[in-house]
Amino acid sequence: MRYHKPASFAQAIDIASTSEGITRFLAGGTDVLVQLRADIVSPDDLIDIKHISGVREITKRADGGYDIGIAVSGAEMSEDDVLMADWPGLVEAMDLIGSTQVQGRATLVGNLCNASPAADSVPAMIAAGVTLTVEGPTGAREVAVEDIPTGPGKTALEKGEMITKVHVPARGENAGDAYLRFIPRTEMDIAVVGCGVNLRLEGDTITEARVALGAVAPVAALVPEAAKALIGTTLDEAALAALAKAAQEACNPIDDKRGTIAFRTDVAGVLAQRAAKIAYARAKGETK
Amino acid sequence: MAFDQEKDQFRVLGTRPDRPDGLDKVTGKARYGADMSASGMLHGAIVRSPHAHARIVKIDASKALAMKGVKAVVTRADFPDGQKGEDWNIMENCMAGERALYDGHAVAAVAATTPWLARDAAKAVEVEYEILPHVTDVDKAMQDGAPVIREGAANYSVPEGMHPNVVRFIEFGHGDVEKGFEEADVVMENSYTTEATHQGYIEPHACLAQMGSDGRGELWCCTQGHWFVRRMSAACLGIEVSKLRVTPSEIGGGFGGKTTVFIDPVALALSRKADRPVKIVMSREEVLRATGPTAAASMDVKIGMTKDGKMTAGKAVFRMTGGAFPMAPVDSALACAFACYDLENVQHEGYDVMSNRPKQAAYRAPGSPMAAFAVESLVDEMCRELKLDPLEVRLKNAAKEGTKSSAGPTYPRIGLVETLEAAKAHPHFTAPLGPNQGRGIASGYWMNWGGETSVSLALSEDGTVTVSVGTPDIGGSRASVAMMAAEALGVEYEDVRVNVVETGALGVNEPTHGSRATFATGLATIEAATQAKKTLCERAAAKWGIDAEAVIWEDGCAKPSGPNAGEFPPLSIGEICAKMGRTGGPISGHFEATPMGFGGSFGTHIVDVEVDPETGHTSVVRYTVVQDAGKAIHPSYVEGQFQGGAAQGIGWALNEEYIYGEDGRLQNPIFLDYRVPVASDLPMIDTVIVEVPNPGHPYGVRGVGETGITPPLPAIANAVADATGQRLRGLPVSPPKILAAIKG
Amino acid sequence: MSLVHVTTKVNGDEAEFLCEPRETLLDVLRDRLGLTGSKEGCGTGDCGACSVTIDGRLVSSCLVLGVEAEGKEIATIEGMAQGEALHPLQRKFIEHAALQCGFCTPGILVAAKSLLEKDPDPSEEDIRYWLAGNLCRCTGYDKIVRAVQDAAKEMREGV
Repeated sequence: MRYHKPASFAQAIDIASTSEGITRFLAGGTDVLVQLRADIVSPDDLIDIKHISGVREITKRADGGYDIGIAVSGAEMSEDDVLMADWPGLVEAMDLIGSTQVQGRATLVGNLCNASPAADSVPAMIAAGVTLTVEGPTGAREVAVEDIPTGPGKTALEKGEMITKVHVPARGENAGDAYLRFIPRTEMDIAVVGCGVNLRLEGDTITEARVALGAVAPVAALVPEAAKALIGTTLDEAALAALAKAAQEACNPIDDKRGTIAFRTDVAGVLAQRAAKIAYARAKGETK
Repeated sequence: MAFDQEKDQFRVLGTRPDRPDGLDKVTGKARYGADMSASGMLHGAIVRSPHAHARIVKIDASKALAMKGVKAVVTRADFPDGQKGEDWNIMENCMAGERALYDGHAVAAVAATTPWLARDAAKAVEVEYEILPHVTDVDKAMQDGAPVIREGAANYSVPEGMHPNVVRFIEFGHGDVEKGFEEADVVMENSYTTEATHQGYIEPHACLAQMGSDGRGELWCCTQGHWFVRRMSAACLGIEVSKLRVTPSEIGGGFGGKTTVFIDPVALALSRKADRPVKIVMSREEVLRATGPTAAASMDVKIGMTKDGKMTAGKAVFRMTGGAFPMAPVDSALACAFACYDLENVQHEGYDVMSNRPKQAAYRAPGSPMAAFAVESLVDEMCRELKLDPLEVRLKNAAKEGTKSSAGPTYPRIGLVETLEAAKAHPHFTAPLGPNQGRGIASGYWMNWGGETSVSLALSEDGTVTVSVGTPDIGGSRASVAMMAAEALGVEYEDVRVNVVETGALGVNEPTHGSRATFATGLATIEAATQAKKTLCERAAAKWGIDAEAVIWEDGCAKPSGPNAGEFPPLSIGEICAKMGRTGGPISGHFEATPMGFGGSFGTHIVDVEVDPETGHTSVVRYTVVQDAGKAIHPSYVEGQFQGGAAQGIGWALNEEYIYGEDGRLQNPIFLDYRVPVASDLPMIDTVIVEVPNPGHPYGVRGVGETGITPPLPAIANAVADATGQRLRGLPVSPPKILAAIKG
Repeated sequence: MSLVHVTTKVNGDEAEFLCEPRETLLDVLRDRLGLTGSKEGCGTGDCGACSVTIDGRLVSSCLVLGVEAEGKEIATIEGMAQGEALHPLQRKFIEHAALQCGFCTPGILVAAKSLLEKDPDPSEEDIRYWLAGNLCRCTGYDKIVRAVQDAAKEMREGV
């Protein structure tokens, strides 16, 4: 295994695109090192992207949104009070990944590119409408988060391509997000079900909604029917029931060591309701 | 050495001094199994079967051996034949012979110059397997047509016509259970299951071995019992036991799982072949796949009870699998099943069943937690049925001194009633519950153990004391032994140093197991101190020119026994020792025995859980452990045993389990998916130490290590039933099972 | 596999070593620098026994490569006491019997120190969640939490 420390994205892309073997990008390493140790992946070229300028920064844009560097750790996101105030659901989703120690290293992009259907930050990013800059040998493009994972362990990134920036939209007024997951313990588990909800209100009425589910299908995905169940409502009992039904219908889970099909489907509805209530309260400014 | 009824005031016992090894352990200086190095050391790695059951057709190590830095490869062919009985089982488990018997079974090992290179080389060893049918479920393993793990493994006890995987059959009881059931107003019978769980010690197994060309070996390893390691390793290598010297490292948890060997004989064989020291350190995955989990159990229990809660009869039929080898702890499970109850009529039947799982190892009160889960769940079900208070029913039927135990022998003085009374008096028992909360109680038992014990106590020239013991210190035993020595000799705790010494320094010691270290090593230390005191008194008598019988030992000094003995100022231990070279030579005490006065420990736990009715998630919101310690030498470490046992039991009840796929492979061999309780999963764990002295120990010590893991399994299930109205009879009571039950 | 030269600082001292790129920081600390106080309990970031800080940030050293230590400041359990003076957490762990086997203790102490530097007055819940990645199989965590609370109190009050 060769270890590289490129000083620019161009260099990193060059190494990745010219490598003849298996390449992996190293940011927090919390997945790569586990896979290396377990012989799941043995990269020929390991490209440490932490020495590229700007990758450790969170920048608030003029439009009120945020650009998050690809090596920003979960702990650094949690410590950013401004980002936390705007996007608590997104930050909390990231914060749920692993231990305090893992938080010191793990990154949004790493969580996304590991392409686990159960990745906690991914439904939250999808719900928030996060987009990414993808750069490669042939240039750059903007991609929505939901278009990156294509299956367990698989992404839409081409050889030599890498994500170079994370773009979080401006929060805007009367809006809130939330992410909840179900795990058997209180910490340290992989999500059995995850759900991100992002809402905007006018008065008490929901005008915009995005709902995303994780761990209930091969990839985390937006559930437009769940959003439809919420828009135009005040999150009354009927809306919540419709939301749960839509979330459950969107489930295509598996039976495995972490949960059953029936359990995942049931709980997806429960978490969608609970996350929606939190996002709603946040949008109304009732809670942080 | 019987309990000293006169002695109820202690100077040192019951205080909470700092443990002697504390400093090394908070500064990173303490050396555990993997922390030792040797000159020229190689690193070993083990090749493991990816199949649950397979014939080993061919092992080709040529590619591995061709790698630069690879120095040796061993397979079963590098070990001699001829082991008998359990020695053969241990050999077969350390290195497979003709067949791999479970996922993770060792089939070869390599030694190389670096750990990573050794892992690479292990991957380069080519093993050709012929995959065989497998079975991992205990009930399926007994059914017609189940693949046979090993023909001819059954012993004399198994009746004709049983499946060859049933290797032991156990039957005992007393009274007439049928008559007892007829006398009952209500008879209930249910079936219960528990999955295998792992001890989960945080330190993976590790050892450093060196075999010389003269056939003598040195071994450094993390173990609960280095004499066991020596005997087992010598048997595997075909050498005389005394050719091997084993030095225990500090041990990072054992809970029974480090009372046997897995890698030690392999490291020795690699060292013998490479003629260099070899270190092997297991990965966590290896620990979970290939070291002893506990047995998986399937159990039927039947109890008869009168309307007012008197139990009239009990019957237990247990089936347990301890993997591809005999010795699932079905006997001790049955012996503990009804241990809490005074039963006129009781019957037990047990089946020890082989399957394609790793060889079970002892885990804290082996068998008792499963038994308690089945029996204490059914008792709770019957109390609910009859609308009786479960604690009062336990009190009504509680075993006490003079009761003929369910296992046969009549109990000496025991403390079950005292733990039940203390639980009843605890504010937890009557505290109000919140919404979706439920409360469970359960009792449990472990008989404890004595075992071969050898201790030396030597006095230094300044009167300070060195105690050499053979029981590795897992959780503060050096502190408790030093306290007992200080108490016995009348010296300060700080003036006693306790060393855990290697196999060459003492006679045979059984491991730190069976809750025996504080009991047996403590007893031997007190006896050794008595011997030393006798010599000290003799030296004083000689100086004073009086009879030795006229000298007593008090407060760390020799004193004339009374006015008739003459008037002499007391001689301190320091004064006598300063001159010991000229007054008859070194002064020491020595004791060896297999003490049989061990006394069982009963415990009663109270737990409150809160169950999320929409997800089945269970939170433990309050927990109280009440247990009889006999005498708590160092109360902090007694509390620690109670709390640690409760935490492990909670994990077993809620989330820990061995999950096998259709292919017979273990699906959760990492801590991510083998879910032990983390700090945020648990509340503070309240403890009540009950002290009903053990008549078989001078200070009344019973041993407290194991009982604490027993009540949590049923207590949690009972609490979940109280919170949800749903009785779950299979552990773990994980969220999918609870939610499915709630939703009907 | 060729070795990489790394210059770093461990517990305030300059340290240099050669390592394979695939070696973890934990491998390097234990096998190349002889600092065996950090333990490997899992190798997958699930147990916390290998906890160290890098430039003040708490991490699992089994999930960091040795080569990533270049130019960093690493702090391990071996650097926690100031000479003979134990850190209050170390003293309180002994006093409260917050260790049994002691194997998880170095990692827990390093993690707890990192918590108290961030939050001098953590609640019981804060402590439990911060330490959720540090498995202890012996104690049931009760005495660990109490020891951290007591150390925090002493440090706040400057006793």
